[in-house]
Amino acid sequence: MLKLVLAIIRRDLRLALRRRADLVSALFFFIIVVSLFPLGVGPEPELLRKLAPGVLWVAALLATMLSLPRLFADDHRDGTLEQLALTPQPFALVVLGKLLAHWLVSGLPLALLAPVLGLQFGLSGDALWVLCLSLLIGTPALSGIGAIGAALTLGVRGGGVLLSLLVLPLYIPVLIFGAGAVDATLTGLGAQAHLSLLGALALGGVFFAPWPTAAALRIALE
Amino acid sequence: MLEAIDLECVRGDCRLFAGVGFRLDEGELLSVQGQNGSGKTSLLRMLCGLSPAANGEIHWRGTPIARLAEDYRRELCYLGHHNAIKDELTPLENLLASAALADETLSEDDALAALEQLGLGTRADLACRYLSQGQKRRVALARLIHEKRALWILDEPYVALDAAAIALVAGLVGAHLQRGGLAVLTTHQAVDVAASTIRELRLD
Repeated sequence: MLKLVLAIIRRDLRLALRRRADLVSALFFFIIVVSLFPLGVGPEPELLRKLAPGVLWVAALLATMLSLPRLFADDHRDGTLEQLALTPQPFALVVLGKLLAHWLVSGLPLALLAPVLGLQFGLSGDALWVLCLSLLIGTPALSGIGAIGAALTLGVRGGGVLLSLLVLPLYIPVLIFGAGAVDATLTGLGAQAHLSLLGALALGGVFFAPWPTAAALRIALE
Repeated sequence: MLEAIDLECVRGDCRLFAGVGFRLDEGELLSVQGQNGSGKTSLLRMLCGLSPAANGEIHWRGTPIARLAEDYRRELCYLGHHNAIKDELTPLENLLASAALADETLSEDDALAALEQLGLGTRADLACRYLSQGQKRRVALARLIHEKRALWILDEPYVALDAAAIALVAGLVGAHLQRGGLAVLTTHQAVDVAASTIRELRLD
């Protein structure tokens, strides 16, 4: 079972490396959106510090959204999804593999990049560290919830917009606790509680998302 | 082994076929024929368990395939309309990846030998996006060379192939039937597979 998950992760990572443009464009989107804010609102350190958690997290959500429509669409188009649905293992495992691969190429780079961008907002070392940690913990939940939406809108015309409308509201709890963790560090409250809740969301997202996603994909394949 | 009872297929408001039934035993080939849009692909996808039948049942070794689920899929090799190969990967990587995803072990030497047999030996390290349509189909068909599963369901396997490749694929299917396997295929060409029993099913 683990072998199948690893095989899918390996395949998807290899494909992502061959299609570097997709990977890099989402990252650059993140960098540019975040960098526009200090330019737009002016260099006042107090204001920037206050904005930073929300801006970075919202930008991370949007950057994740960018890569979601292609999560299953490519496999659907070239017939690979049919073959994946016919593997002699539970289909949810296949989805889990794809979800983890998606996190490795979208969530993980965002989390690693965020502290560097956070410097523009004058965040303290502690806050930068919590920012990175909150994204590391929170982005798997984004991949999980996003996968359900991507599967539901697979093959639908104008699916990209529909996907955003479907998924973004569901991202709200992740956004609140993620940005809240950084905020709490800035105000000296400590991020423990927020990070724990974020961890719970991520565990729920990663472990419960594959089943509804697999069911939605089977319907899309009919 | 494979038995279909009174199958009905409905697409939208249109009923494509109804009352389709057949029985296929070891070493037998079912050739599904019919015009474009007569429901051949739909029937094959039903037989794979990808889409549900509006009516009727499909049994494998006496048990409904929906109940067997993974046990049925373990004995099934499906080659669809689409090639299911990735343009970014090379033929060799595609072959190894599809074996890994099908939960089979395929060594690199075996994979290379299979590609060699289909005349892709010199293209094994070239990304599939540079291959012609026929060559891509060959990459997809290379899976069959080391395929030991009992039931092959092939949707238009001859599409885009030249005469030599068609003969090769017909030979592969023939050898599979000789081993006691079952095959279901759709084609618009004459079926020249060496099989003891060829059953024909017309969808009209």
